[in-house]
Amino acid sequence: MKFLLRRIAFYLVALFVAITVNFFIPRLMPGNVVDSLMAKYPSLKPQAQHALEILLGVGHNGSLVSQYFTYLHQLATGNLGIDPLQFPTPVISIIKAALPWTLVLVGTATVIAWVLGTLLGIFAAWRRGGFLDQILPGLSFLQATPYFFLALVLVWGLSIHFHLFPSQQGFSNGLAIGWNGQFILSALYHAILPALTIVLTSMAGWMLQMRNVMITTIGEDYVLAAQAKGLSSRRVIFSYAARNAILPSLSGFALALGFVVSGTLLMEIVFNYPGIGTQLYTAVTSNDYPLTQAIFLVISVTVLVANIVADVIYVVSDPRARSKGE
Amino acid sequence: MWFQILELEAKESRSPVLAVARAAQLKRSFSSQNKKVKVGIILTLVFVAIAIFGPLLAPYDPSAQSAAQGASVAAPSLGHLFGTDQLGRDIFSQVLVGTRTTLILGILTGVIATALSVLVGVTSAYIGGLGDELLSLLSNIFLVFPALPFLIVVLGAFPKSGEITTILLLAFLGWPWGARVIRAQTLSLRNRDFITAARESGESNLRIIIFELLPNEVSLIAASFVGTVLYAIGASVGLDFLGVGNTTIWSLGTILYWAENGNALQLGAWWWFAIPGVIIALIGTGLVLLNFGLDEIGNPRLRDNSSSIKVGGRRVRPSDPTPVEITTPMGRGDLHTQVSNKRSSFGQPVAVMESPKGDIFSAFDFGETGQGSNSSIATLKDGTGSGNSTVGDGITGGHGSERRGA
Repeated sequence: MKFLLRRIAFYLVALFVAITVNFFIPRLMPGNVVDSLMAKYPSLKPQAQHALEILLGVGHNGSLVSQYFTYLHQLATGNLGIDPLQFPTPVISIIKAALPWTLVLVGTATVIAWVLGTLLGIFAAWRRGGFLDQILPGLSFLQATPYFFLALVLVWGLSIHFHLFPSQQGFSNGLAIGWNGQFILSALYHAILPALTIVLTSMAGWMLQMRNVMITTIGEDYVLAAQAKGLSSRRVIFSYAARNAILPSLSGFALALGFVVSGTLLMEIVFNYPGIGTQLYTAVTSNDYPLTQAIFLVISVTVLVANIVADVIYVVSDPRARSKGE
Repeated sequence: MWFQILELEAKESRSPVLAVARAAQLKRSFSSQNKKVKVGIILTLVFVAIAIFGPLLAPYDPSAQSAAQGASVAAPSLGHLFGTDQLGRDIFSQVLVGTRTTLILGILTGVIATALSVLVGVTSAYIGGLGDELLSLLSNIFLVFPALPFLIVVLGAFPKSGEITTILLLAFLGWPWGARVIRAQTLSLRNRDFITAARESGESNLRIIIFELLPNEVSLIAASFVGTVLYAIGASVGLDFLGVGNTTIWSLGTILYWAENGNALQLGAWWWFAIPGVIIALIGTGLVLLNFGLDEIGNPRLRDNSSSIKVGGRRVRPSDPTPVEITTPMGRGDLHTQVSNKRSSFGQPVAVMESPKGDIFSAFDFGETGQGSNSSIATLKDGTGSGNSTVGDGITGGHGSERRGA
């Protein structure tokens, strides 16, 4: 319980930091949305500047403190402003449209990669010097490959060369988004290459981590004792060695998650996938500050939520964390 | 250098036979320290050499355009080893120059971030209490802070910012991993006898940290450095690929940016994106493998399988205490040890233990056992089986794999 309380306190502080950093981002940027709008539409007269500022609510009036509280109030009410470049779409609806794509894709692919990698790590450790150990350098190569580069290679090989998979977008043109078979099939088909990219590059990392911890665990006396008792290998591997070796892998999830998210953002851009990464890129390149700011906040909060989930799983699976405050 | 130290150490062993065997075994293990690490060292050195000498050897100016017939998007040839891009620029030259930019960025970021890691990690563990809590909180916040999106946002707003800005931002966001690991190690070292002894003898905290503590964390700090370089290269290449950095400076990421912008994929110009991409991955592989070796120095159990030995048909890992049972009676004369003239397939002497009845208990192939089994030797020396420091277990375990380029 103490562990959970500590973590909750930590997440509150982390959330506060993320929100505050996000508050300062547009205030440190050169120029503002109105400037970029004025630059985009040269026909606008200078007098329009003030009108636009009022319309978009970006004129930073009042003290920094009162601005901060206005900002907090807007966040609490889910009002992230209106997107100036896709006027008059509210920023929140752009995010609502993009976020599910990223969450489903990254969530599913990360879970697949984690499960596969952890299982492979278990076997690599159990059979030291076996086949899996032999291909370790090859796996290191995959691990060191940037997500976006593997995405480029997959697009070039499987999509442009062999025409097996679509190289762009999240679903076929002309389909309406909805819960019908045709759309879902199309979305799944389009998700194969992006998911493959995530699985291939992140799996090796999980595997190496699991292998290393597992090797240490296998050396423990209780594993030897379990073997001496005559338990089946399967039981020794999963109930004795892996059961304990998996804990650092779970707590290490938080460390790795940032990389998965970052890598995925870049990968989405290669596939022109309709998720958060592509939106962020579009927003940044077009100086769309409100959207940039909102996406950054959404990413920060998503990473925090994923960490909380990992923490809960950790507490559930580690009795020590449950009983005392470690 | 390593050999000398280890041989000295071996000479201190009580039994001369074991000393010889141990020296041979240690020498062997470091000369054949497993293949992975060797490959890692070679790869890293090759790319460092390219970064130093590459730009001098570049046949063309990487930005020099050529309008000649067939000069644009040309496949690799003798004139252009890695082909050309859509403006007829030589990709081989771009790679040579770009490798230097990318590596310098990675190394500088690594140096700054690792210095911060050591500073925060050691301070945190050393002061303890509230200060420790606050510094740990700070590290943890930085850990969950989405660094790459932040850099995309910031660098995107300042497109003219130079490499220095990128390096400082990457270092500012990249220190917490190292700080965590170093803090954990410092905590465990802090209460060791030699630190207490130093404190009792009146040494200042600063002196204890610099001369007693840090030398014991060298492999960890090195691993942290390598990991940070890896992270910096991954992140900077990603940023350059997006074009949010400065696209006029040639780096490995910039080449990929121009390849993506020039529709290299659609043109089927594989050399344009595949070559720089594979080079990035190879640099990363070198660093990952190098970190394997550093992890293994800190955690003996991770060492290659060749460091385990066969006893009675069962593979015994370096850290397993099994040999104790066989070897304990030796000192009482029940068993005697000899280095036979037999040579193992690896050309190393084989020590055979026989009971007075002539039963051969076990044949230790010291040549094959490698360094890892020095715990079994240590077992002979002090009988506790804890001869090897496994302090870093769990802390260093998997450390290298947590760090991934973006």
